[in-house]
Amino acid sequence: MSSPAVVALRGVAKAFPSGTRALDGLDLSVRRGEFLSLVGPSGCGKSTALRLIAGLSKPSGGTLTWGDGGTGAVPAPGDLGVVFQEPTLMPWATVAGNVRLPLRLTRRDDETEARVAAALARVGLADFATAYPRELSGGMKMRVAIARALVTDPHLLLMDEPFAALDEITRFRLDNELLTLWRALGKTVVFVTHSVFEAVYLSTRVVVMTPRPGRVAADIAIDAPYPRGETFRTSAEFAGLCRTVGAALAGAMGESFA
Amino acid sequence: MSAAAAPDSPSWWRRPGRISLPGLALVLGCAGWEILVRAFDVPAWQLPAPSAILATLVQDREILFGSLMVTLETTALGFLLAVLGGAGLAILFGQSRLLEDMLYPYAVILQVTPVVAIAPILLIWLPQPVAVLACAWIVAFFPMLANTTLGLHSVDHNLDDLFTLYGASRLERLLRLQLPAALPLMLAGARIAGGLSLIGAVVAEIAAGSAGAGSGLAYRIAEAGYRLDVPRMFAALILLSAAGIAVYAVLSLVSWLVLRRWHESALARGP
Ligand SMILES: Nc1ncnc2c1ncn2[C@@H]1O[C@H](COP(=O)(O)OP(=O)(O)OP(=O)(O)O)[C@@H](O)[C@H]1O
Ligand SMILES: [Mg+2]
Repeated sequence: MSSPAVVALRGVAKAFPSGTRALDGLDLSVRRGEFLSLVGPSGCGKSTALRLIAGLSKPSGGTLTWGDGGTGAVPAPGDLGVVFQEPTLMPWATVAGNVRLPLRLTRRDDETEARVAAALARVGLADFATAYPRELSGGMKMRVAIARALVTDPHLLLMDEPFAALDEITRFRLDNELLTLWRALGKTVVFVTHSVFEAVYLSTRVVVMTPRPGRVAADIAIDAPYPRGETFRTSAEFAGLCRTVGAALAGAMGESFA
Repeated sequence: MSAAAAPDSPSWWRRPGRISLPGLALVLGCAGWEILVRAFDVPAWQLPAPSAILATLVQDREILFGSLMVTLETTALGFLLAVLGGAGLAILFGQSRLLEDMLYPYAVILQVTPVVAIAPILLIWLPQPVAVLACAWIVAFFPMLANTTLGLHSVDHNLDDLFTLYGASRLERLLRLQLPAALPLMLAGARIAGGLSLIGAVVAEIAAGSAGAGSGLAYRIAEAGYRLDVPRMFAALILLSAAGIAVYAVLSLVSWLVLRRWHESALARGP
């Protein structure tokens, strides 16, 4: 609870030219080393919030400050990794070529090949460096996207429903791999998901958002210890936490929770 | 490892029927043609028999193949300039929306105005070989421009964001993202442009007609026409068709070689 903030959003608003107020009065701070999940009904502005943090769009109101008490600078290219909902790989480049891209673009020219190999090994794809994206399964493509996001060794990892398109078994496996990576690398992760179960299973904290305009409805700490595995997933504690988050989500959607 | 079956030849080559069936039709058609011409004693200036055309092809080979080379040279040069000009202008348009809005309509006008109508003017302005080259260029230019423009605009938005995230420069974005993404459409444009530049060259040679000092294949056709040398007209025509097929085949092969590892259009589907 007391770790310093990586980035703090204060009263952030985002209105689109079409007139949609995607976010209004969003207060959210991301703390160092945490695994923060954003859940909320479709269209409540989760992706918009993530894009603001990534610097891919500018807020139309409020402030976004980096570092504790606004002491830090906006992250330089490569200090921040993003994993989109789709793998978003370049089909014309090999797996290694895709993972190498951030290093090339940010001019990290030392030990390029070693870094690429290490990133691929981390996600278990060391043998597929020369394969093309079309030769991979959906889960493998997603792992390439994660390796690409990790290759510049960013402090902050933003993930927008990265596993939404995968089957449940693959998703569980990637969830576990992601947790292992997070614990090993000590990154800060902001993770968007539609799944209450996934959010509770992975996170140290779950933030529930309301739609139109998007803002924070509930902020729930998940204090269960890591490593988490099947025992946690089937525990009464897990069920209870899922119920709490689910109730908050239902409340945010203006429904009663059975 | 990644043992996904990479196709080892283009699809139009792999299926034997694609070659042998039209070949069979050709043989049957020629045989029927030969029989009819002989049976009814049709004079060669009305309809020459295939055997007579073939004989002319062999007999006049020096003139005809020399002319073929002239036409092919014009076509190749016009095509090359069209690829460079079309793709280059599209890239320029991609950098400046203002320029695109200002000039694109004129590219369209150039395209919709029939080249047969432009050729006589060009023949007055320019020395004949240059005018013919200009016609070959004009018709091939637009497909390259249009396809490259479309290709540069069809970049995946998330990939675009990714390049923004890592602070890519304009040049890096162009070279590493936009051009590779545009490549399939550019190659499709080149395949169209190749055939069109041959047509442009032929049209200009015909327009130059007897007044021209040209020596391309179309000029040979016009010249043989005045002399009612119909077998030679057919022989030249066959060479032109063969040249068109060859241009298309070569460009298809290039397209396949470039795209085979990654693009859907070049992938082999299982049986
Ligand atoms: N570029 C845009 N232009 C106009 N409106 C937009 C744009 N992007 C998002 N919106 C609107 O902003 C709102 C929030 O969108 P956002 O994509 O952030 O939602 P989300 O919470 O990520 O939803 P989902 O869970 O379905 O992905 C929506 O109402 C959407 O229509
Ligand atoms: Mg979203």
